[in-house]
Amino acid sequence: MNFNEESQMMAMEEMLGEDQDQDQAHAEKLKRTLRAQRRRREQPLLEAVGPAVLLAEEEAEKDRAGMAALAAAARAPRSLPPVPSTSRTSFAEFSVRERMREKLKAARSKAENALLQEGPRPRHLKSLKQRESETRWDKESEDESRHMQEDESQMSSRVKFRDSVKKLKQKSHVQTDFPSAEEAYNFFTFNFDPEPENIKDETKSKKKSESNQEEEEGEEQESIVSHQQEQTEDGMDEEDCLVNDREDLFIIDQMARDFLVVKPADYKSYSEQLQKEREILFTPSILTVPMSQKVPENMQPRYLEDEGLYTGERPIVSLSNQNILENRILRQEQGKRWFGDDGKLLALPSPIKQSSTRPPIFSLEEGIEPELETLYKKAMKPMHANQYIVGSGDSQGQFQLDIDISGLIFTHHPCFSREHVLAAKLAQLYDQYLARRQQNLTKLLTDKLHALRNAVQSSLDNSGTNVPNPVAQQSVTEYKFVIRQTRRLRDAEQEKDRTLLKTIIKVWKEMKSLRDFQKFTNTPMKLYLRKEEVDQRSDKKIYEAEIQAEINELLEEYMEEYEKKMEEYKTELQEWKSWKKAQKTKKKKKIKQSQDQEEEEAEESEYGEEPVKPIPPKLADRLEVEQQVREKAINIRRKPGEPALIPELSLTGSVTPNDLCPRAEVLRREDVKKRSVFLKVLFNTKEVSRTVTRQISSDFRVHFGQIFNLKIFNWPESLKLQIYETMGLSNTNLLAEMFIPVPETTVLTGRARTEEIEFSSNQRVMLDHEGVGSGVPFSFEADGSNKITLMTSGKVSNSVSWAIGENGVPLIPLVSQQKTGIPSALKNIDAVASIGTSGLTDMKKLAKWAAETKLDPNDPKNADLMQLIMVATSGDACVPGFFRLEQLQQEFNFASDEELNRSKRFQLLQLRHREVAEFRNYKQVPLLEREITEKLFENYEKRLRERDVIDSKDHLDAHRALVAKYLQKVRESVINRFLTAKHHFLLSDLVNEEEVPSLGNLGLSLFKLAEPKRPLKPRRKERKKVTAQNLSDGDINLLVNIIRAYDIPVRKPVLSKLQQPSRSSRSFNEMFAASPSPQSPTHSIDWAFNQVLVHPFVEVSFQRTVCRTTTAEGPNPNWNEELELLFRAPNGDYSTTSLQSVKDEVFINIFDEVLYDVLEDDRERGSGTHTRVERHWLGCVRIPFSTIYFQTRIDGTFKIDIPPVLLGYSKEKNLGNERGYDSVRSLSEGSYITLFITIEPQLIPGDPVREKFDTQEDEKLLQAAEKYQAECALKFPSRQCLTTVVDINGKTVFITRYIKPLNPPQDLLSGHPNNSQATAELVARYVSLIPFLPDSVSFAGICDLWSTSDQFLDLLAGDEEEHAVLLCNYFLAMGKKAWLIIGNAIPEGTTAYVLTWEQNQYVIWNPSSGRCYGQFDTFCPLQSVGCLISFDNIWFNIQQYDSPVRINFDISKPKLWKSFFSQSLPYPGLSSVQPEELIYQHIDKAAALELQGRIEKILKEKIMEWRPRHLTRWNRYCTSTLRHFLPLLEQFQGKAVEDDHQAELQKQLGDYRVSGFPIHMPFSEVKPLIEAVHSTGVHTIDVSNAEFALAVYVHAYPKNVLSVWIYIASLVRNR
Amino acid sequence: MAAAAAPTVFLLMVNGQIESAQFPEFDELYCKYCFVYGHDWAPTTGLEEGISQITSKNRDAQQALVWNFPIDITFKSTNPSGWPQIVVSVYGPDLFGNDVVRGYGAVHVPFTPGSHRRTIPMFVPESTSKLQKITSWLMGRHPEFTDPKVVAQGEGREVITVRSQGFVTISFNVVTKDMKKLGYDVSPSDMQNPSVVSLTDGIHNH
Repeated sequence: MNFNEESQMMAMEEMLGEDQDQDQAHAEKLKRTLRAQRRRREQPLLEAVGPAVLLAEEEAEKDRAGMAALAAAARAPRSLPPVPSTSRTSFAEFSVRERMREKLKAARSKAENALLQEGPRPRHLKSLKQRESETRWDKESEDESRHMQEDESQMSSRVKFRDSVKKLKQKSHVQTDFPSAEEAYNFFTFNFDPEPENIKDETKSKKKSESNQEEEEGEEQESIVSHQQEQTEDGMDEEDCLVNDREDLFIIDQMARDFLVVKPADYKSYSEQLQKEREILFTPSILTVPMSQKVPENMQPRYLEDEGLYTGERPIVSLSNQNILENRILRQEQGKRWFGDDGKLLALPSPIKQSSTRPPIFSLEEGIEPELETLYKKAMKPMHANQYIVGSGDSQGQFQLDIDISGLIFTHHPCFSREHVLAAKLAQLYDQYLARRQQNLTKLLTDKLHALRNAVQSSLDNSGTNVPNPVAQQSVTEYKFVIRQTRRLRDAEQEKDRTLLKTIIKVWKEMKSLRDFQKFTNTPMKLYLRKEEVDQRSDKKIYEAEIQAEINELLEEYMEEYEKKMEEYKTELQEWKSWKKAQKTKKKKKIKQSQDQEEEEAEESEYGEEPVKPIPPKLADRLEVEQQVREKAINIRRKPGEPALIPELSLTGSVTPNDLCPRAEVLRREDVKKRSVFLKVLFNTKEVSRTVTRQISSDFRVHFGQIFNLKIFNWPESLKLQIYETMGLSNTNLLAEMFIPVPETTVLTGRARTEEIEFSSNQRVMLDHEGVGSGVPFSFEADGSNKITLMTSGKVSNSVSWAIGENGVPLIPLVSQQKTGIPSALKNIDAVASIGTSGLTDMKKLAKWAAETKLDPNDPKNADLMQLIMVATSGDACVPGFFRLEQLQQEFNFASDEELNRSKRFQLLQLRHREVAEFRNYKQVPLLEREITEKLFENYEKRLRERDVIDSKDHLDAHRALVAKYLQKVRESVINRFLTAKHHFLLSDLVNEEEVPSLGNLGLSLFKLAEPKRPLKPRRKERKKVTAQNLSDGDINLLVNIIRAYDIPVRKPVLSKLQQPSRSSRSFNEMFAASPSPQSPTHSIDWAFNQVLVHPFVEVSFQRTVCRTTTAEGPNPNWNEELELLFRAPNGDYSTTSLQSVKDEVFINIFDEVLYDVLEDDRERGSGTHTRVERHWLGCVRIPFSTIYFQTRIDGTFKIDIPPVLLGYSKEKNLGNERGYDSVRSLSEGSYITLFITIEPQLIPGDPVREKFDTQEDEKLLQAAEKYQAECALKFPSRQCLTTVVDINGKTVFITRYIKPLNPPQDLLSGHPNNSQATAELVARYVSLIPFLPDSVSFAGICDLWSTSDQFLDLLAGDEEEHAVLLCNYFLAMGKKAWLIIGNAIPEGTTAYVLTWEQNQYVIWNPSSGRCYGQFDTFCPLQSVGCLISFDNIWFNIQQYDSPVRINFDISKPKLWKSFFSQSLPYPGLSSVQPEELIYQHIDKAAALELQGRIEKILKEKIMEWRPRHLTRWNRYCTSTLRHFLPLLEQFQGKAVEDDHQAELQKQLGDYRVSGFPIHMPFSEVKPLIEAVHSTGVHTIDVSNAEFALAVYVHAYPKNVLSVWIYIASLVRNR
Repeated sequence: MAAAAAPTVFLLMVNGQIESAQFPEFDELYCKYCFVYGHDWAPTTGLEEGISQITSKNRDAQQALVWNFPIDITFKSTNPSGWPQIVVSVYGPDLFGNDVVRGYGAVHVPFTPGSHRRTIPMFVPESTSKLQKITSWLMGRHPEFTDPKVVAQGEGREVITVRSQGFVTISFNVVTKDMKKLGYDVSPSDMQNPSVVSLTDGIHNH
């Protein structure tokens, strides 16, 4: 509704609300007067209807209709000077009533003026709202006569309107200060309509007046209807007209006109603009459209569904939207055609499938990656999947059909001359003759006949001598029967031969005469008749004998026949005689009754049925028979003595040259020359190849001799040859098509026979030269009689066979597949599936086929097909019964999917796009297919293959192999997750934005201003970081600064007498003693002086580059050297992700350089030094590159990994020199090296993944955790604080859930029942024996996965966290107080350790090495402590220092440790993710032994392999000794056995110089063991008489945890 | 020559210049450009990146900032996917003399050989909040893309808001080699006088 009107209505309502009665009375009065006026006015108007004024009128009318008197003011501006609209603006100020009155006055006067000028008023134009008002009115006056005229449909529509209006009406009763538009509107209808509740008195009078008026108006309308404009909806006119009547009730309109004052127009008011807009704009109603408006008139809605027809489910559209749409459509022209019979909008059934095409993946086990989870799938036979595509994906690959098209011969061609026709005939006959001669049936049958005759003869002879044998008799008769048959056959054949020969000769004669007649020859054909002279006499004899034999046989036959007939005759005669006798007796009786013989006869004749007297059969006359036989013989057989004629067709005749021929013939020949022929090979109706175009030779033979190799994927359904003839240059026409049978699978190339397939064409060709044409009758006779008509025809000789592959395997599809495809292209195939095949793309053919095969249209299997056919044959544009999203996809596919898959280039691009590791940053994919080598995919394919294959060779242990595969999969899934996460961006990834400075920061920066410019203690300036992208090979160096080492083992003098164990083994207890006890100086004094120095040097190897320092001296060398190693990223890719995944390790090996005198002869000693330098491995430190990368620098003192026993070396305290340092030194047990490693230039480490993992934790808890972490990070940004971690399923888990007492293996506990310390050490050792697999290398900073202890033990692999958690849980189970420490250690970086409280001091355990350290141990690798974690809380270190030596571990002090759960956030009692109990398998000693043997064998082989130029001798004696030591080493965990067994070795081996050591490793795979052995370089000794000893010991712990000891030693015999 | 007979890569030679810019509000601007291209592309000669001189506004009504900064680069490629784009970022001092980014923009190097002019609308990332905006103005540290190459890719753009700011006009002269031989026909059917066509294209009005 227009705002203008609205406001007016509002005003009206207000006014009327105040004093209704008064105003209504007033209004009523006005109405009456106006009505009278109007009636008066209407008469002249009707007469003066002028179309010119119509439009203006309509507008005016609309206004008037919408609003009573006030509306006139609004209308005025268009036809009349506008009414000042100022009053409207000052709405609120005036009393509404006053204003109303004023307006009424004005309007009335204006209307009066207007009436004089205005033309007629068509009343039928209405706005929707108006109509509504009127319909409502209808309700009130239902009884009125007017309704009778109305259409039924309109009635129903009105009912609906009425309802809606009623609703509105109810609303309007609520009086508000500013009623809504609807209310205002409603008010009018409400108030002015005769409403019984309100103004009962008035209604009555009104009704009367109305009914009068309506009658008048009814007439009036009819005249006006013709001027209706199309602005309103179709079909509404009538109603509108009716509605108009009511409008007259608003007599205020007329009132306004009476008071109207004319004023000049000066500007276009806003309201007017709105009005204008209203004409253009339209707000569809949300009310339901009555049914009557939607169905055609006089129609009842028809519900197909009720009639039992399937209509399909309509798509769901909300009712209001549907209503809006319907209303909108109805406003349009011909809106009704959008509605169906049922009055609903036309709609296709909902295209949305009931079931989703992509079914959701339901995880069977909660939380397992869908791709890791195993699904049971029943084995099923591949059904029709490969029906049309023959193993395209299979490795068996392609199949090949060889089609050999050797040539083409026309048996008739339009260009044939008459002679050609005869020649062709002759050739044909000759071919026939040849074929017959080859078969030689006559000869065959003749021979047979002879044989049979002989057989009969012999059997007759036999029977003649002996007693007649019934069996022989039987066979003789059978023989005779066969003889007869054979003879008949032979005769037929002979006759055929004879006639054939005759026709050949006849045709040849015809040809000759033709040649004579036309005086030229066209064909080189010549027929020779070779006479084969025969020996006349013998020939005659044979002939005679044959005839005689035949005569005899015939006679015999006739005799037999005769006999048979005679027999018959006799019986018949007998019958006849008896009958006769009977007659005679009768007669005699009759004679007795005096009757004559003649009478009798007559009587007899009277009987009629007198049997004829049988005629006795005639005996065959021999002469007659002979005559017969001879006649026949002359006809069909060569006369005796007549030479045998053998026709020979040759092409040796000469063809008359062109210049001797008549013109017509020359023309013909030229025409032939112009013509050429080619063949197309169609495979499954697709042209696959075609032959070369060959000219037709003058003898109408075309030789192709081409072999086509069809590599096929699709089933050979049809194989077709099409013969095309081209005339001249352009004119190509299809001569004929012929189908070639698809060969049997047994038909292979080389064995296939060439077959001739005939073809013919029904084309009619008439030529204007000698050529006889095709399909045209012609005659050989001069008079044109005896016409013959020939069609173009010919023969193609070809052969089709299956090819044989290179390896001799025939390229034939499997027989099972063949069954579905071959027998008949269509019968056995699923109808729908074959639609796609090329053979059936033609819909018409399909339909025909369907009709032919009598497909059951009601078979649900065929439903789709029938529908398809129906659609296709109806000729309509294809309207498939399904909804397809990309219906044009097919057309836009520029290559088939298989083709794409076959393309290596495309594959490469796809793989790169998928960011498959091998191709992630592959540069410059070659443009051409041929440039892509297969090698490129080798790695990738190998990986794919191996994913499912468990390679037990590398693993020795099936379980570990499985675990490795599992880990591989976890890794892949995590990497994939990371890759997807990489594509999620945050603002901070893209935009650098300054943080809003906090107050603190501001203060700080202000403070910075006051800082001294050159401070006394300058801060380290951060190096500039380099973004990885613009780096290339050679830009990055790894700097390794080797500073010094402590306590390097020293050489032991070989010849010195046995040293007593210098110190008792350091036990666990000793370590915890309150103060370290000073070492008792039990050494012999001379030790210090006797000592052989050690010459250690350090070799750093990284990525196969090796650098070494100079050689230093003594057990505490000081090198202070910087080594520079080049770093190369994999594939030259320096992106962060690539760098993160670098798995290389930096090996820092410490060697002792030993000089040996190689002089054999003491006498030469003066003249020169001859020494050999040997290096002995002492120990190593390994630092993974990833650690360096993430830490940016590594600085500190590291424990050197030194084997527990180093033969020839001992680690002694150098008490002599450094006694004062002793107390500190004694704390350390190993050797140490101080290093500084960094990367130059500094690289920016990759960001950790931000992906938010799904979780089952309480949201509150997570928020608290986040807050806690943020607070901690604010205070101490460098300290580690962990609250939540990611479990192996990729879910976020609160960290304390991992801590729970778990039982260690019982075997370990019972090992040292009394010694809890020993037990603890054993447990720690057990944990450390579980192989170490850092996540950070494989998942490279992506995320850290925490597996639970049972998963950890099952996988037998994990990193520090898993080890620490397991150890902590064990300690808790053993009743210790234990915590998890999250902190930084060297060299691991961020790591987890375990803290226990023992004997009043804190002990720090390194779970991955199993070692323990006191809190104040300076050599503890743990450098800083971030937080402590127990099963119920997390404490963050808020002390000033974080080094374990300097902090207090008392977590009860809130000033030092900030706890996560506190009074404000109490511990909610989180359940643990750990299992209730760990279950351990028993130790499998047998398996361990077996493994031990295998490892030893492998290692020995490897060592021999590494020494290709030397003989590797194994010292068995030494080996067995070493083997004895190993269990001891395991028992004492590598401690304190050194001296004992060195002594023992010495004792046993006497004068061997032994150098060697045991290597101890947890067992995971063989490869690391080999690496470890190799890295020691024991095999590098090149002394010729060196011997080796190698022993392996595998100690099994519960749960398949294995500890491997490898003792390797080299022995050199001392001279 | 065998190589000429069967090419395995095609070459794209681009030269031209970053001609001028329209930044009505700013002055004393300089620009940087770099090329962003796909995996299968490699620059063979020429500079991939460059930084121009600082230019001041013209005094005339147009107030164009002219650099006439030449571009000359040749790519070789095996795949038209990842066709090179030039990324231009414009910087200049703000009120307090801090160097501030004034616009980022990118456009593909034209496919068709010939002379082309391109006018790139430029934009800058917006501050995330009003407060940020004020502080960034005060501090002279407006938000910038971590990597200007972001504007050449579609990924991750959903997280940023930008404001448009000025135009940069670049002219390209494109020469391709062997593209047609390798089956990529890029020349338009009516390529009679490409320079005329592109000149009319290049006229910008604002």
